[in-house]
Amino acid sequence: MMQIPCPFCGPRNESEFSFGGPVKPPRPDPSAVSDEDWTAWLTQVPNPLGPVQEQWWHVRGCGTWLTIWRDTRTHDIVEAPDGGR
Amino acid sequence: MAAGNRLAAGGRIDRSKPLHFTFNGKAYTGFQGDTLASALLANGVRLTARSFKYHRPRGIVGAGVEEPATLVELMGDDASGNRPATTVPLTEGLAAKAVNCWPSLAFDIGAVNQLASRFIPAGFYYKTFKWPNWHLYERPIRKAAGLAAAPSEPPSKGHYETRYGHCDVLIAGAGPAGLMAALTVARAGLRVMIADEGCEAGGSLLSRRLTIGGTDAMEWVDATFAELNAMPNVTHLQNATVWGYREHNYLMVTERAPANPSLLERTWRVRAGHVITATGAIERGLVFGNNDRPGVMLASAVQAYVNRYGVAPGKRAVIFTNNNSAYAVAADLAAAGVEVRAIADSRDAVPDEARAIVPGIEIMAGKCVTEAQGTRQIRSVAVAAKTGGSARILSCDLLAMSGGWNPTVHLWSQSRSTLRYDDPLATFLPDTPAQPISAAGAANGALTLQDALRSGAEAAAQIAGTTPPDIPDAPDLPYAMEPLWRVETAKGKAFLDLQNDVTVDDIHLALREGYSNVEHVKRYTTGGMGFDQGKTGNINIIGTVALAQGLAMDQVGTTTFRAPYTPVSFGAIGGLREETVALPYRHTPITEWNLAQGAFMYEAGARWRRPGYFPRAGEGLQEATNRECRAVRFGVGVYDGSPLGTFELKGRDVGRFLDYLYSNVMSSLKPGNGRYGLMLSDDGLIMDDGVCFRLDDHRWIVSTSTGHADAINGHMEEMLQTRFPEWNVFITTVTSQWNNATICGPKAREVMAALGTDIDLSPEAFPFMTVRDGTVAGLPARVVRVSFTGELSFEVNVAPRHMRALWAKVMEAGAPFGILPVGSEASHVLRVEKGFLSLGHEVDGTVDAYDLGMGWAMSKKKSDYLGKRAVQIRREGAAPRRELVGVIPEPDRQIPEGAPLTPGGRREKTEGFVTACVWSVVHERWVGLALLEGGHARHGETAHVRLKGGEVIPVRVTAPCHYDPDGDKLRS
Repeated sequence: MMQIPCPFCGPRNESEFSFGGPVKPPRPDPSAVSDEDWTAWLTQVPNPLGPVQEQWWHVRGCGTWLTIWRDTRTHDIVEAPDGGR
Repeated sequence: MAAGNRLAAGGRIDRSKPLHFTFNGKAYTGFQGDTLASALLANGVRLTARSFKYHRPRGIVGAGVEEPATLVELMGDDASGNRPATTVPLTEGLAAKAVNCWPSLAFDIGAVNQLASRFIPAGFYYKTFKWPNWHLYERPIRKAAGLAAAPSEPPSKGHYETRYGHCDVLIAGAGPAGLMAALTVARAGLRVMIADEGCEAGGSLLSRRLTIGGTDAMEWVDATFAELNAMPNVTHLQNATVWGYREHNYLMVTERAPANPSLLERTWRVRAGHVITATGAIERGLVFGNNDRPGVMLASAVQAYVNRYGVAPGKRAVIFTNNNSAYAVAADLAAAGVEVRAIADSRDAVPDEARAIVPGIEIMAGKCVTEAQGTRQIRSVAVAAKTGGSARILSCDLLAMSGGWNPTVHLWSQSRSTLRYDDPLATFLPDTPAQPISAAGAANGALTLQDALRSGAEAAAQIAGTTPPDIPDAPDLPYAMEPLWRVETAKGKAFLDLQNDVTVDDIHLALREGYSNVEHVKRYTTGGMGFDQGKTGNINIIGTVALAQGLAMDQVGTTTFRAPYTPVSFGAIGGLREETVALPYRHTPITEWNLAQGAFMYEAGARWRRPGYFPRAGEGLQEATNRECRAVRFGVGVYDGSPLGTFELKGRDVGRFLDYLYSNVMSSLKPGNGRYGLMLSDDGLIMDDGVCFRLDDHRWIVSTSTGHADAINGHMEEMLQTRFPEWNVFITTVTSQWNNATICGPKAREVMAALGTDIDLSPEAFPFMTVRDGTVAGLPARVVRVSFTGELSFEVNVAPRHMRALWAKVMEAGAPFGILPVGSEASHVLRVEKGFLSLGHEVDGTVDAYDLGMGWAMSKKKSDYLGKRAVQIRREGAAPRRELVGVIPEPDRQIPEGAPLTPGGRREKTEGFVTACVWSVVHERWVGLALLEGGHARHGETAHVRLKGGEVIPVRVTAPCHYDPDGDKLRS
């Protein structure tokens, strides 16, 4: 069980959070991109071996959506919402 | 004592407290302080188990969690399966039986496998029982190889519990290193938790005769605990195994006998700042012929039985070793009066300090035991030079073997910290930590007492940032060894892993067949699998692989150590969180009223318990449902719509936020008005359908389907917080702040009038899809004209504290109009008659709004909203779409939900399926809905349902709405 640093509540158990998936690039303007680019944005989710930025929802806590950088090899949280570890 | 194996004095047992127990139905007596294993040995019981695959006779091999051979099933109040006999504390009335033998231990039918054993090598089952499929063979094989049965009932006396723990330092193991570490960090003021898996603390000190600071080592243990337990920052858990090491220093600890008579076991989930694994070391066996016969034991176990339990496991012993530690065992045996015939030492040069402690015992240097002789119990062993040659036969009934020591690195390895191979110790040692973890004592390769104490102190001092304390004087025999992975001249089966019946030949077979990676060897042979997790055999397996392949040990590497380190009850993991405690039901305030009416209640999405229908005497589901439907269609009914997800959104930007979330325009709504809408995800999936009402300029009510309320809450928060954090929107869940009675049917307005309200009920003043605040029956209420039945409806919302009063008044005021309560079954029929969609029935991941005939809900005006582009791209494809239609079965009969439609009813690729089929009270016949390829253009045609078995039902294709297609009723 990971310990996730919430910017409001401090370090909390992973069971208080709901996983929100890796952070994708900003959503392109759907009326200004090609079908290919749109589909690529929609379906290709970052899945690196190593640090990935991802969203978590502190649903059983304060309700905030936050992002962390997590190393997929080790579960180390390499960067917390406030930029620290 | 019957067999007289109990020593006259000594040990940590209480000879004044005899305990009675049974093993395989036979009665025995032991003492307080015994384990089941020590009591069996004291009673002279040698044959205690049958092996997993070959059903060979086995005895007790170890003295603790490493025991690979004797697994027992406990019965009665203690019912549990697969416990090593060495870890079962003896209690009065304990009843145990051996696993793996049928019909009995002495006469085991499966033992015929021994005769056929050259035909069942590793991988035998994989290769043989695959035609026509494995499942045909699985059950009889599992019975033959079966471990203990799971108890059929949960334990009746007491319950399990889980709790969280937090500490600066968690110490696993209360042996010399762990205690020294605990003392050091506790004195520095850190919050310390120390957990030890033994019934008593002390670790190896319990079974050895050693001194610390000039006094008996166990006195030092007692004094240390006296100091620790007096400190408020120390938590001591005894008989508690740290069995799992998770990410971010989260550990699982199970107490097997918490100090509370109503508790069976308690599991702690501990978040530790730092972990010290002082888990000791496990002795490994030696690999020679028939090294599994009863009477062949680990030397350290023999030492434990003699010193700790006052039991002589044999009368005449031979020692076989490759290291110094077994010499202390020989000395202890001799001191207890057991004859030690000889020490066979595979080393050519035996160190003088080892020789010095066994005066008068024959030492056979450079010699190996090649074979143990005897079947149900050893009678003799053959000893020969390492390189072969003639053997000398030594008669004996006990062989104590020591192949060196393996630091217990299971927790270390579970934490993903790395191991390195150490040549002098010929074993794997902790190397680079991956989390805040240190290893101390024997677990870190400090295999003498003085080193272990120092190692514990130093690891702890480093964490506490203090200087290590002085270490008391603790003399011990220096440790030295030479690896002996197997006896090359062994005769007979030479076992590497007793628990899984894996022999040297099995490893060689796996290598010959190309399973050369050690992880593949493990899986192919099952060596080191199961709950043994390589405690006694792993290093010998790795050594055997290395020898066969000409590799160095570190080139072979270890397999992954997995949790749990020792077996754990499922109950201890779950604790009290079972069934509805883990996942409670949600109820509305009128559950009791529903039950009093005899409602048939069940879950209707998102754990809400709702009435399915209200049967009267003699009625079944269909009759009750028909009656409730008729009330709504021709009179008046009322249902409790409280579980619908309800959210209040406030702020300047709610309008454009809803425009982004919903496919149609919401921002144009005037205060007091509402609109039905579809919520899509960005990949075009229909996530939800619901209704938005605007209360005033900046205040809106969004209602969602019951089952999706939580998901939509998350979705809205995600969109708001991650995409539009600068927008002024606040989302509040108010599902449980409002309850409602939804009065529906042609006479609904008359019931509303009878209830008494200050709201003008006329259709002109209060039209369909509007909301009004006021009072109803004297209660403050918010009334919404929304309809999920197709009839004139008033959804009367009140605060939960008024819900029961409202409900009672509605039933009272409605009585003259024949009002009936309506359950989920009738609601389903009514919505199908109207062709209203239901998520999960008509909507799956393939369906879009156009398929549902709801293209009007896809705004053309808005340049962007979630799902717009994805639906556009999808609809540009040429593939035919499955579209929502109504179906009328001809002949009139019911069609099972989900039944496929095929072209002409032929056995071909399906062209759709029936999503719902109900008895319509307005048409007095069966009607249904279906998703049908090209369905919108096929109204009036006949399609065909093809049931399993080939039966074909023709259906007439119609528009989805079977009743009041213009909506005059619901707008009335």
